Amino acid sequence: MLKLENIHKVFNYGKVNVNHALNGVDLSLSEGDFLTIIGSNGAGKSTILNIVAGTYTPEIGRVVVDGKDVTRWPTHKRASFVGRVFQDPLRGTAAEMTIEENLSLAYMRGKRRGLKLGLNKKRRDEFRERLSWLGLGLEDRLEDPVKLLSGGQRQALTLLMATLGEPIILLLDEHTAALDPKTAEQIINITRRIVEKNKLTVLMVTHNMKQALEMGNRTIMMDKGKIILELQGEEREKMTIGELVKKFSEKSGQELTDDRVLLAKE
Amino acid sequence: MWYLNLNFYMKTLEEGMAFVLLAMGVYITFRILDFADLTVEGSFPLGAAVAAKSIVSGLNPVLATIFAFLAGCIAGMITGIINTRLKIAGLLAGILTMTSLYSINLRIMGKSQISLFRKPRIFDGFERIFGSDYGTLISLIIIVFIVKILLDFFLHTEFGMSIRATGDNPVMIETLGINTDFIKIFGLALANGMVALSGALFAQYSSSADVQMGMGMIVVGLASVIIGEVFVRTSKIPFATSGVILGAVLYRFAIAVSLRLGFDATDLKIVTAVLVIIALGAPSLRRFLIQDEFAEKLLEEVDEDA
Ligand SMILES: Nc1ncnc2c1ncn2[C@@H]1O[C@H](COP(=O)(O)OP(=O)(O)O)[C@@H](O)[C@H]1O
Ligand SMILES: [Mg+2]
Repeated sequence: MLKLENIHKVFNYGKVNVNHALNGVDLSLSEGDFLTIIGSNGAGKSTILNIVAGTYTPEIGRVVVDGKDVTRWPTHKRASFVGRVFQDPLRGTAAEMTIEENLSLAYMRGKRRGLKLGLNKKRRDEFRERLSWLGLGLEDRLEDPVKLLSGGQRQALTLLMATLGEPIILLLDEHTAALDPKTAEQIINITRRIVEKNKLTVLMVTHNMKQALEMGNRTIMMDKGKIILELQGEEREKMTIGELVKKFSEKSGQELTDDRVLLAKE
Repeated sequence: MWYLNLNFYMKTLEEGMAFVLLAMGVYITFRILDFADLTVEGSFPLGAAVAAKSIVSGLNPVLATIFAFLAGCIAGMITGIINTRLKIAGLLAGILTMTSLYSINLRIMGKSQISLFRKPRIFDGFERIFGSDYGTLISLIIIVFIVKILLDFFLHTEFGMSIRATGDNPVMIETLGINTDFIKIFGLALANGMVALSGALFAQYSSSADVQMGMGMIVVGLASVIIGEVFVRTSKIPFATSGVILGAVLYRFAIAVSLRLGFDATDLKIVTAVLVIIALGAPSLRRFLIQDEFAEKLLEEVDEDA
């Protein structure tokens, strides 16, 4: 379904601060796979998602989706099959526009936008229903500008928007990291439900080891632009957080330095 | 006294109405697209030049005005292409187009000024219907409101919404399938088309087109938008565009009154500029003042503790 073949991404090539952010990444996901990605800061986790979304083009390698080579497709062309949620709740929504307008923008994902009104009774009804499914009371606030929402509410709305318009791949980049623990848990629950409901293929970056093992069916660990550990099936089910941290030191020859990762161990 | 004279209000209102579409264009670039567009300084006289030249060549003034609009669209498009395709900063892209337009406007007109005295104007038809006293004003109001209503509708369509989203959060709208480069080019074209339309209307209203008439137009547009926002504080489109109309008219009145009070016409530009600086700088200024207040309070508390 999604294939990354020998991906190399180099920033600042030919300069003193050259940075080999991805150094030969191979990854193959089947339909319905839910991959969690862990690794220390700067390992290249976000860069992988950016390669899938089209924000960056790899110097070497191919990105294949459903048999189509999309390596050189710009972001807006990939929108029809990729939905995305960033860490920062502010990045996923248009603040000055209303909730229903934001949903309408997402509803037309990857489609031609014409001179029809973006909102009508039918769409509003559908949005209201989808919002009430979130269980946050947003269905009564269709006409509120998004800037009035809390971080958690905005992130829930972004999740909904990222899955509207029938994308088949969902990219989540530490999308609960900016939220307080209780809200983060709420968003994680919504994530599980929304992925289940829409039968999506997911790539989720997280710094929470527990989450990484509990959610989804596959896990990769990254270091210095490489995948240093792949887990699935039985091996993954038996894996504990302690063992995972140990594996990291073994494979990378260093301690796991991201303090957020350590904090999230409990 | 001048302020008891109905004619003063009529004339100023007419002038204000002729400048509304300039303000509307600036509103589109500055507020909706979040793009400081200096093309305006060239597209306003471009509209005037195209309309004036067409009219003296014997073209129907309605057609002449439409041509002016289209010429403005092209000017905006060029700024957009320079900015998005060649990656030249927006401010500079606007300056480059504006500078080129100076030469182009001179070429179009063939001289630095064209008089439209006793030439047909777009207002003629309305004057026949409503009489020569009110015809001009009524036709200006009708044109302005037709454009406003079309714009309000457009900004609520699927396409128009993606323009607003591009100014609001370009990263997000790109992930939803919008080519933001295209949207920027389109938005700049539309905005400058409206500015040129304003130039065409003003040239016909004042019976003359002049290559110099664009000078300071960006600041006039900004001042109008900002004055409008003082009275209409909302991002809801129909209200916001009403605010722009109000702002443009009030700005004209402020200028007209200042002139009557004896201000020198040449000093008005700096007055307008300072007004814009204060209005746009107010948030930072306020933060600065609040910071001081905060520091004082903190000091007091520390003193009490000691
Ligand atoms: N746009 C960019 N320009 C230059 N360097 C970048 C850019 N994006 C990421 N990098 C670098 O690439 C490396 C991987 O970054 P990233 O994928 O964001 O790491 P993380 O695993 O923390 O998400 C880092 O060293 C980062 O500094
Ligand atoms: Mg990251």
